[in-house]
Amino acid sequence: MYAIIAGGGKVGFFLARELIEQGHEVLIIENNSERAEFIANELGNVVLRGNADEASTLAEAGAERAAVIIAVTGDDPRNLVLLQVAKRRFGTARTIARINDPRNEDLFRMLGIDATVNATQVMLSVLEQEIPQANLIPLLRLRNTDVEVVEAVVDNRSKAIGKPLRDLNLPPESTISVVIRNGSAFFPNGATILEPGDEVVALTRSVHEPRLRSLFFSE
Amino acid sequence: MGCGRVGARLAQMLTHAGHEVSIMDVTSSAFSRLGPEFRGTTILGDGTDQEVLKRSGIERADAFVAATQGDNRNIMSSQIAQHVFGVKHVVTRIYDPLRSDTFAALGLQAISPTIIGANSFYEELTGEPAPKLAI
Repeated sequence: MYAIIAGGGKVGFFLARELIEQGHEVLIIENNSERAEFIANELGNVVLRGNADEASTLAEAGAERAAVIIAVTGDDPRNLVLLQVAKRRFGTARTIARINDPRNEDLFRMLGIDATVNATQVMLSVLEQEIPQANLIPLLRLRNTDVEVVEAVVDNRSKAIGKPLRDLNLPPESTISVVIRNGSAFFPNGATILEPGDEVVALTRSVHEPRLRSLFFSE
Repeated sequence: MGCGRVGARLAQMLTHAGHEVSIMDVTSSAFSRLGPEFRGTTILGDGTDQEVLKRSGIERADAFVAATQGDNRNIMSSQIAQHVFGVKHVVTRIYDPLRSDTFAALGLQAISPTIIGANSFYEELTGEPAPKLAI
């Protein structure tokens, strides 16, 4: 696979190193000449000096034959623009963006960026998973859809306890995929009866999340 | 968005013509370019931040202009104006002719000072219309 990485900061550097180790062809585009030299010393001839947001640089990098372009600069507007140029002008197959402001995620998706990675959001969800009282935890959103994977721990006054799943008033377009009980996971069916303390992993549309929430939690 | 020379001048022209104008910039000293007579609203903040755009009243705006020094910020804020807030008339300054081509193809109305400037010089020097370059 040929991968172009826009931005040779820490994220770009370590990403490139891993990809090269896995045998992929990698090119880092880095604007700062000292940084470019450092990367070349460490990783070899895999750096192009230039502005990745200029179409001429992307042309030089061979954006049209790249399987993927990953934009990891610390600047959201730059990442957004360079990936759109790669996609529209050079037909790069897959575009992945690092996002710094979590609120930009929807915009990037709306404008056709294939995948986004948001360190702030990841930190937030790790924090939420570590807070015991947190109720419905969004684990991930399936790409380009409003379908989410959510996790909940059934509390002991929940309406979901004591009757088979088929008799629960589940919101539409929601399925309970996996139940984790006493450390082991099983795939439930209509006859499964939930117990307090069960961890439930469910798929649902964002709009139905509140109803799912009210099913598992007493408040 | 952007209270530089171009943004400030445009804001003054529009308020003179009787339009309601909000102008954003990330540095407060930029607003001094508007002069004491300016009757529009000034908003301190970054126009690529949707909260700042809301504060500027974008939800009821008829038009949006991005005229900062940064092509990327101009493009991003214009796309937010167009796609998130549904502003009908969006005009964006893009210096890089290659990028302005791409985003014109994506439906942004782009003005490239680079092309306009070079063309004016050419016409002034030769007395002939500037040729179109394949870039």
